[in-house]
Amino acid sequence: MTLNMKTAFMVGVTTLVAAASTLAYAAGGGTGDYKMEHKHWHFNGAFGTYDKAAAQRGYQVYREVCSSCHQLKHLSFRHLGDKGAPFYDEDYKNPNDNPYVKNFAADWQVEDIDSETGDVIDRPGVPADAFPAIYPNDAAARAGNGGGLPPDLSLIVAARNGGADYVYNLLTAYNTKKPDDVELTAGLYYNPVMDGGKISMAPPLNDEGVEYADGTIATVEQMASDVTEFLAWSADPKLEQRKAAGLMTMLYLSILAILLWFSYKRVWKDVEH
Amino acid sequence: MSGHPSTYEPKYAPTKWLDQRLPIVRMGADFMTFPSPRNLNYWYTFGGILTMCLASQIITGIILAMHYVPHVDMAFDSVQRIRRDVPFGWLIQPMHAVGASMFFLAVYVHMFRGLYYGSYKAPREVLWIVGCLIYLAMMATGFLGYTLPWGQMSFWGATVITGFFGAVPVVGESLQQWLLGGYAVDNATLNRFFALHYLLPFVIAGLVGLHVWALHHVGQNNPIGITEKTKKDTLSFHPYYTVKDGFAMVVFMLIFAFFVFYQPDALGHADNYIQADALKTPPHIVPEWYFLPFYAILRAVPDKLAGILLMLGAIVVLFVLPWLDTSRVRSSRFRPVARKFFWIFIFFCFILGWCGAETPDDMVFTVGSKMVDGELKPMGLNFTWLSRIATFYYFAYFLAILPILGLIEKPLARPESITKAVLGDKAHSAAE
Repeated sequence: MTLNMKTAFMVGVTTLVAAASTLAYAAGGGTGDYKMEHKHWHFNGAFGTYDKAAAQRGYQVYREVCSSCHQLKHLSFRHLGDKGAPFYDEDYKNPNDNPYVKNFAADWQVEDIDSETGDVIDRPGVPADAFPAIYPNDAAARAGNGGGLPPDLSLIVAARNGGADYVYNLLTAYNTKKPDDVELTAGLYYNPVMDGGKISMAPPLNDEGVEYADGTIATVEQMASDVTEFLAWSADPKLEQRKAAGLMTMLYLSILAILLWFSYKRVWKDVEH
Repeated sequence: MSGHPSTYEPKYAPTKWLDQRLPIVRMGADFMTFPSPRNLNYWYTFGGILTMCLASQIITGIILAMHYVPHVDMAFDSVQRIRRDVPFGWLIQPMHAVGASMFFLAVYVHMFRGLYYGSYKAPREVLWIVGCLIYLAMMATGFLGYTLPWGQMSFWGATVITGFFGAVPVVGESLQQWLLGGYAVDNATLNRFFALHYLLPFVIAGLVGLHVWALHHVGQNNPIGITEKTKKDTLSFHPYYTVKDGFAMVVFMLIFAFFVFYQPDALGHADNYIQADALKTPPHIVPEWYFLPFYAILRAVPDKLAGILLMLGAIVVLFVLPWLDTSRVRSSRFRPVARKFFWIFIFFCFILGWCGAETPDDMVFTVGSKMVDGELKPMGLNFTWLSRIATFYYFAYFLAILPILGLIEKPLARPESITKAVLGDKAHSAAE
């Protein structure tokens, strides 16, 4: 029976780990015959890291396309230059000194109070500023988008079943043929990745919509993939630190387990049990 | 601790002085030399693992509380700030969130072990009941804690659970408002949930003290369920079980670390990365995995109050288990029939968990279909009925199978003592 219980335990642990892994990759809902494309992301797997070049291009897509409606509420400009972030630079360990980060920040207008007059003013952003809100409030956001509320994007990859695959598929699935049973009213578009197949966002990406500095051809798929890489980083900016620490932790614990196993064998050497 | 004569001898003047006034070093020394049955297997290491889980939750929790803001407008953002900007927050926050799941995983193994080896039987009834109280306090703490990140599942989970109190006859509505501090889950609710979530772990720690005290008073049960008779049946807790528990703890930590570092979100729900919105109900409100079996029992009956009573009953029945099981044999090792029913019980607990995660009207399997009111409806078993079958077995196991089986089952022959069981025929030659 001891053996049975041991086997049961091992089976239990294996099932749990397997179930967790499947859960993590479970895809989101969808309509019609659309099949979610599962991409191999650079950050998948135990040693996965963010593809920095892709995430940098992704930031450009966010800035030039998405940011007209969507905020990155949980990010500050300085985060872009943190360790593990798309614009991290060895020479600028303090992201506030990073020239890219400074330029990106200065590219935005941030609301502030003039300390001399007390007036509300707009000034260029600095790395310490948070990404500014796009709309003054939700009502204004809805009014500007035909009733739809553009969600914050900083956590979007974590907040959807299917994660990065969901976001990528959502951005690339617009030209899927609409089934006859989905009725669209004005201001709605067909997108099979959404529950119910309806979305208020017009197809955001068009071929050559942005001009990449590194010469990459900006197809819809390329831009979708790049911006997803960027948003995946924004949802989980400490992923690289976590995986690196995880490797050391697992190694340490494995060695400790082996040492304890032999200690156990030695302590119990003369004891029948 | 009582139960075994103290062997501690204070050696130095200060320790002698202290020993006469507060024998705290003696208590620790006696704890370390506590005679434990020599045949404890790895299922008996989960007590130590659970203590480690509690300590880890309290330490990470206190650190999180230093950075968390219990306010409806700031709670969600403050958790993100912890994960992004607080030094090592990216490690502490997932450790706490995953730690809750690990704690429940370990407590379920611990409870099933107690069930299998009959650890609730005389003289360990109070030990078992204190354990049930710990489990109850853990459930409350887990539920309160899940509300704090103020995501969509936090909010709607809290709304559903506190809604149960509204189903209590006569006083229900006022009771619910009193608990929430208002008409709906709001800032007052979040504040008191935070206060109570901080309080309960220390209540659990106190109960764990009672649990260990009771354990050391009556002595540990063991896989054959035969009480130790001679000194040869036992081993000193240290070094024999410190090293064995230590090994098991590290193996458990490997599983823990796997989730924290590589799958921190696997045991949670994507919707909880969306800030709570009282105007937008998520399509499926599901509790954390460790509550799923009880959620399935709740939904197994169409009436709300009956469902709640049934769910409470599922926990209450554990408290009276020592008096429901009529068998005088503790360990299922010597109960061939009870052993089979036990594994069926485990199977149905998993089925209940599965039912809790699914939509009740969805089909488990279909066998053809038939026309109902001009619509083609699939025939077969849906999750409501599967959860009814499993709920029936859950209660039948405690209320019918264990009471009756104890009277009619013929147990296998049991060894005279632990030493005999361990050494078998060698007992005579190895004696002395």
